[in-house]
Amino acid sequence: MPLHRPETLSEALSLLAGGGRALGGGTDLYPALRDGPPPADLVDLMNVAGLRGVSRDGNGWRIGGATTWTDILRADLPPAFDGLKQASREVGSVQIQNAGTVAGNLCNASPAADGVPALLTLEADVELSSQTGTRRMPLSQFITGPRRTELAQGEILSAIFIPETTGSGAFLKLGARRYLVISIAMVAAVVEIREGLIVSAKLAAGSCAPVAQRLRGLEAQLVGKPAHDAAAIITAHDFPELAPIDDVRAPAEYRRDAVAALTLRTLNAAISKETAHVA
Amino acid sequence: MSLDAPNGHIGLTLNGAEITVPADSTMRLSELLREVAGAKDVKVGCNAGDCGACTVLVDGNPVCACLMAAGQAQGAVVETQSGLVADDPIAERLAQSFQRHQAAQCGICTPGMMVAAVALLRRGGALTSEAVEDALGGVLCRCTGYRKIIAAVLDASDTAPLAEGGVGAPIARLDGWPKVNGAERFGDDVAPEGALVVRVIRSPFHRASFAFGDLDKYREDNGLERILLAADVPGENCFGTIPGFEDQPMFAEGETRFKGEAIAAVVGSTEAVEAMQAFPVDWTELPSVTTPDGAGDAALLHENRAGNVMCRGIVRRGDAAAALAEAPHRVAGDFSTGFIEHGYIEPEAASAIRVGDRLEIRCCTQAPFMNRDGIARLMGLAPEAIRINPTATGGGFGSKLDLTAQPYVALAAWLLNRPVRITYSRTESLMSSTKRHPSEVHMEIGCDAEGRITAAQFDGVFNTGAYASWGPTVANRVPIHASGPYLTPHYEAKSVGIHTNTAPAGAFRGFGVPQSAVAQEQLYDIMADRLGIDRLEFRLRNCLRNGDPTVTGQVFERGMGIDACLEALKPSWDEALAECAAFNGAHEGRKRGVGIASGWYGCGNTSISNPSTIRAGITAEGQLFLHQGAVDIGQGSNTVITQIFAQALGVPVADITLVGADTDVTPDAGKTSASRQTYITGNAARLCGEALRAQILRLGNVSNDAVISLDGGLTLTDGEATVTVPLMGEGYAIEAVESYDPPTTPLDENGQGDPYAVFGTAAQLCVAEVDLALGTTKLIRIVAAHDVGRAINPLLVEGQVEGGVAQGIGLALMEEFLPGRTENLHDYLIPTIGDVPPIDTLIIESGDMHGPYGAKGLGEHCLIPTAPAVLNAIAHATGARIHHLPATPDRVRAAIRAL
Repeated sequence: MPLHRPETLSEALSLLAGGGRALGGGTDLYPALRDGPPPADLVDLMNVAGLRGVSRDGNGWRIGGATTWTDILRADLPPAFDGLKQASREVGSVQIQNAGTVAGNLCNASPAADGVPALLTLEADVELSSQTGTRRMPLSQFITGPRRTELAQGEILSAIFIPETTGSGAFLKLGARRYLVISIAMVAAVVEIREGLIVSAKLAAGSCAPVAQRLRGLEAQLVGKPAHDAAAIITAHDFPELAPIDDVRAPAEYRRDAVAALTLRTLNAAISKETAHVA
Repeated sequence: MSLDAPNGHIGLTLNGAEITVPADSTMRLSELLREVAGAKDVKVGCNAGDCGACTVLVDGNPVCACLMAAGQAQGAVVETQSGLVADDPIAERLAQSFQRHQAAQCGICTPGMMVAAVALLRRGGALTSEAVEDALGGVLCRCTGYRKIIAAVLDASDTAPLAEGGVGAPIARLDGWPKVNGAERFGDDVAPEGALVVRVIRSPFHRASFAFGDLDKYREDNGLERILLAADVPGENCFGTIPGFEDQPMFAEGETRFKGEAIAAVVGSTEAVEAMQAFPVDWTELPSVTTPDGAGDAALLHENRAGNVMCRGIVRRGDAAAALAEAPHRVAGDFSTGFIEHGYIEPEAASAIRVGDRLEIRCCTQAPFMNRDGIARLMGLAPEAIRINPTATGGGFGSKLDLTAQPYVALAAWLLNRPVRITYSRTESLMSSTKRHPSEVHMEIGCDAEGRITAAQFDGVFNTGAYASWGPTVANRVPIHASGPYLTPHYEAKSVGIHTNTAPAGAFRGFGVPQSAVAQEQLYDIMADRLGIDRLEFRLRNCLRNGDPTVTGQVFERGMGIDACLEALKPSWDEALAECAAFNGAHEGRKRGVGIASGWYGCGNTSISNPSTIRAGITAEGQLFLHQGAVDIGQGSNTVITQIFAQALGVPVADITLVGADTDVTPDAGKTSASRQTYITGNAARLCGEALRAQILRLGNVSNDAVISLDGGLTLTDGEATVTVPLMGEGYAIEAVESYDPPTTPLDENGQGDPYAVFGTAAQLCVAEVDLALGTTKLIRIVAAHDVGRAINPLLVEGQVEGGVAQGIGLALMEEFLPGRTENLHDYLIPTIGDVPPIDTLIIESGDMHGPYGAKGLGEHCLIPTAPAVLNAIAHATGARIHHLPATPDRVRAAIRAL
């Protein structure tokens, strides 16, 4: 059972076109095996030149497909990325953060993927590469359902692109214990405040729908309002963007209730940072 | 260093040595390290990144070796616990600190903990509790409650651990160094080279009938050595723990009774078993029942148990119904708890070899002699034909009393005459091992106008699962304990164990008593509040004192220390109440509360003989051996029993060489369960030490004051006189064997009598903070007062308390096994390092009539008060009372909303 360790993207894509399965940090692939053997052909993406790390891309940013959560934590990024950084810290454990990749988190497409809400608030695009070329689409279109994505056979998520982003970010994860926990609900926010008014608000919630969702209805209500009105607006919002379910972690009713509190806190955390930052 | 390895090989630097080993590049790195490179200090607890036991450093960064392809480590620098402790002064200091703080109990998580901690310590920077928690948050521990691990990491220095001391000395664990340097060997670590592998085929349904396909063809097609079926079992196809209740087959026949029950097992090479196709069996799912509700009308699981009632228990004293009717104050409530998984980090593992007409089995276990006798029955062999030689046991908490993996390797080794091994996967362990009994309790208590309890009625239904296991023990023990350690003149407690189609519920730290305390201690709070009496004062007013009869009519003239435990909590209680009031005045969305609860537990088996025997001898060379058969599963019996023996004999512990539990060479010290080892085996050790001392003094013709020296010979110093005792012969020149069996009496038809010779008592308080909007509970601190009679080793007492508290926290806040739904360690949640607050242990030493040097047992006691204390704190903080556990955020939030 070979593990291929290509050093160039074209080599990797050629191996994948031949039926190999992509391996990043292994933090989803190996647990999913349970007691079974590994796939016959694995293509390790962690050695591919240029695939790992965070870099500038014009006015925006590029997160390579082999970038780990620890890489994100250590990267020098503007305050809008604070939510993503907080999410990085909440992924599993240090061990998981050292091995697991952001791209893998997206491709695994768990409804509870820790990275998705923050990347939605950063309006991330994903770049998919295969031997036949690359295509790019918004993250919100990439994940199509629980454990379902637009990724085609032979294709990898080669990069995440984030446009130039102002404002400050925050992220909160709610779980039944402190570490190593799958979230009951989570919320990410990126907010921009000018002279006490919310100029822009991007909010997303995870674990409350088949796929993490932007809270666009709520965002629209918040824009142009004084920051201190946020509580009243969120309290009145009934989160039609979400469709939580009952599972072993919590009933849907609780998720609906908790996500409002989480949203307010996340937004307030982002507002506080933004206010401190702007001041 | 070469980055290239020959085809089919992997080259890496392991603990400083460049190695090139043959390995599939897609195998897990953990498998390469353990099975190919021999690094057995890398432990595998879950194969899913959920437990962190396999943490190693790859190029300096901690990762889970079970999640990394071996080929990804090609050319990398890999460091494991043993290499780090040997080569890195930081790790060596950390190991010393782990020993000093007793941060390793069973030791199975220790490699992961230490490797993660070394990465943190190497990084430098400010060392805070928070930083340690963040760095170690990915490693689960089920024994320690984490606090001593945090303390050890914060205190990694060269200070030597305390090595010497008799009764009362907080010496380092005598078996601790291998646990912190990576040398310890657990169940899977000792599998013989080249052993065949057994894999058990299990039912995917709660209840099903089944028919096998063409097994011969399957065996041939898949290159397997053998398929084991019920018909292959040479003896009786049943095992169990309680005489008369041995009802569990090794392989189900005709019908399975729970999801995860074995029907067959395959034996083959590792490669063949890993590659085998789907096993040829046709299942027909049958109607099943998984809760006691409806079990009375369901198909009988066992023909001779009408209504699926396994057994009942009762204790009756006075006239509870009449006294309740007359009581001016009454409170009642319904409470329930779910299945709780033991969650030891070491899955069940065993290996066996056939030696002539005998079987030698190595396994992790809590009960070697019981395992021996159980295997003998299955194999149709005499007990003496079976040798159980336990390995280190990576946590047990009750579940490793029962036979699990051992019968399968025994049968395969017997039939094939080849070494055989098995290690359960985490899922297999979760689905098939015993659990804590789910409980449904209705309880009512009555009180007079002065706040004195007059009566209590308790009705507890326990889901005992498909097989009896230790269910009868729970049914018997609960009615004796459901009053709590309080004077209850009129009392009636009934329990019943009901069979359902779930994994068997068995022994788990407390045997049902933690479940009954959840009901009783919450009702005590409700009653105290009703009467407007301080909740601690209410408990003090009602607690048992020396000379008071228990609910079975047993009277202790000495050692009923619950009043002292409650008194000891008073300063913390007053302080906590004030602190919560201040906090709540200053905070809106978060509220703090303080909860208190008591607990008690009778040490040893209920009203039956359960002796322990200890043997010791001195060789002609003057070497002193202690055959200590009380299995140390992390709780510390190797250290405690040795300290007691050393004290009785009058020698330093350093003179003693331990011989562990091994049914061929060490006498039966009984099971490690029921908080019995310190008390019962401790007494056997004391008697043995005294007997050996008496013999030696007689041989030297010296007085009782003589000092014994073992320095290559045996020298006695008695005042001015020095006498050398000649030592001669094969084996032991001088030897002593002593036994101890607790004095108990049978219970009559009303449950009256003296079921235990010793009760230990405890009271704990908990400060909790509840987030009102989210329903999340954060524990601020726990203060635990425990009457241990006499602390043989105070540091081990703290370790037991902290570990028990952590399990109580899990029971209260997060744990619930749902058959078929939470069969892994990311859906079944146990507390992490961030979930256990600082714990302050107050050791009370009230002495005891029977215990060695006045010592009592402790293991179960520390878990019992925790859950009700947490729940009482939540109620105090919010006004919301949680009746049905666990108190997950959604349940707490729902209770708050319902106010």
